[in-house]
Amino acid sequence: MIEVKDLSKSFGAVEVLRGINARFGKGKVNQVIGKSGSGKSVLAKCLVGLHPPTTGEVLYDGESFQGMDKERKKLLRQEIGMLFQSSALFDSLTVMENVLFPLRMFATMSESEMRDRAAFCLKRVNIEGANSKFPAEISGGMQKRVGIARAIAMNPKYLFVDEPNSGLDPQTSIVIDNLIQEITEEYNTTTIVITHDMNSVIGIGDEIFFIHNKQLWWQGSRDELVKSDNQELQEFIFAGSLMRQVRTAMGGR
Amino acid sequence: MTLLFHIGRYFMLLGEVFSKPERFRVYWRRTVEEMELLGVKSLGIVALLSLFMGAVIAIQTKTNIDSPLIPFYVVGFTVRQSTILEFSPTIISLILAGKVGSTIAAEIGSMRVREQIDALDIMGVNSAGYLILPKIIATAIINPFLIMISMFLSIFGGWMAGVLSGIISSSNYIAGVQWDFDPYIVTYALIKTVVFAVIIATVSGYQGYYTRGGTREVGISSTRAVVYSDVVILIANYLLTQLLLL
Repeated sequence: MIEVKDLSKSFGAVEVLRGINARFGKGKVNQVIGKSGSGKSVLAKCLVGLHPPTTGEVLYDGESFQGMDKERKKLLRQEIGMLFQSSALFDSLTVMENVLFPLRMFATMSESEMRDRAAFCLKRVNIEGANSKFPAEISGGMQKRVGIARAIAMNPKYLFVDEPNSGLDPQTSIVIDNLIQEITEEYNTTTIVITHDMNSVIGIGDEIFFIHNKQLWWQGSRDELVKSDNQELQEFIFAGSLMRQVRTAMGGR
Repeated sequence: MTLLFHIGRYFMLLGEVFSKPERFRVYWRRTVEEMELLGVKSLGIVALLSLFMGAVIAIQTKTNIDSPLIPFYVVGFTVRQSTILEFSPTIISLILAGKVGSTIAAEIGSMRVREQIDALDIMGVNSAGYLILPKIIATAIINPFLIMISMFLSIFGGWMAGVLSGIISSSNYIAGVQWDFDPYIVTYALIKTVVFAVIIATVSGYQGYYTRGGTREVGISSTRAVVYSDVVILIANYLLTQLLLL
């Protein structure tokens, strides 16, 4: 479980997040939603330690990230998998080498065992026959899947996913969403997905966190979301006519 | 203040770069790859420049100081001294700063704007060390070889130009090259080369590592890498000359 206590983040005089308190449960797909520029990606970067919070702290299973020394942080990071919006695969490495990368850096196993593990992860995300290709030679959807394979290579306890569906067609988005959900269940990870894709929220979100006006504005389950009378949340989620029909079908207002 | 900020941050980055690698084997593999990318692939331009520069020094020396009072060995001697003392270690390093420095800054800068450095950090990899240390070691190892090849080719270029154009005999040129040779000047040149190689890799690595923004900023970082590497090389050249030759 990841817990955020009174987290605020400012860049100079610009305040981005204010007094965020949240608990991201284990074995759940926790989705952080909000408008573009609302600070959800900054929140994710604070959670993984890329941005130090201005105030407050992040606890990984009760242990404060800010209180950890360099070595402890390094060990914790080996338990974190992250899929970036851009996939962030290493251009100069092949698909197989990308998945092998964290194993070669940290795993204590033989080269053949590492290759077996990488092949297993690639097979798990349905990537076959592209192991020797470079990221530039595969589609955006495949890059995301390779990113997931790399993220799960070290059996992570925590999985962060930043805008998994951006730039993908609806069918591929569903494939990626399902993969995130399946991996969360299989590995019992604390999964945090940063998204503004409402199909994804309705499809796989176990717990939803709505960031608005720099604060955690609303939090609840998928069903509560549909029935919520929070005006800002409703305006954000059901801005499109299709989503309004979904709300009606799910018994919302 | 900005200059002090960058100097401070540069040395803090070096602290990260020289911290203990996660896996020596992975770093060594990357070092060998960098030797090929940054060193072996620069051989062509170094060879071409050296041959022609040696040829030009020989012709310039002969035509500008053509007098019966000038000893026969002066052309070979001048080519050798100019090449070993300054042309090969300094001018070639300045040119390598353009080629290698811009490559390093563009590569690391692109990785920064495409979140690949963030990915390394989140995995727990020391991104500064992983990306920059192999480049420092690779250039510090391979550049002295490049410079020695440059020295040989420049002196050879002078011989070719002199002999082929008939301005000096082969024996006079070779006698000039051998005249009053002090091997220490080669040591001096190689010390400079190693220092310049470290400057190129670290200054360019710094520019790339702290790139913020998009492709335009990657281009700006690349240009800065070349300009600042050149400036630091020129300052270091003056200081090293003062320290090692006086």
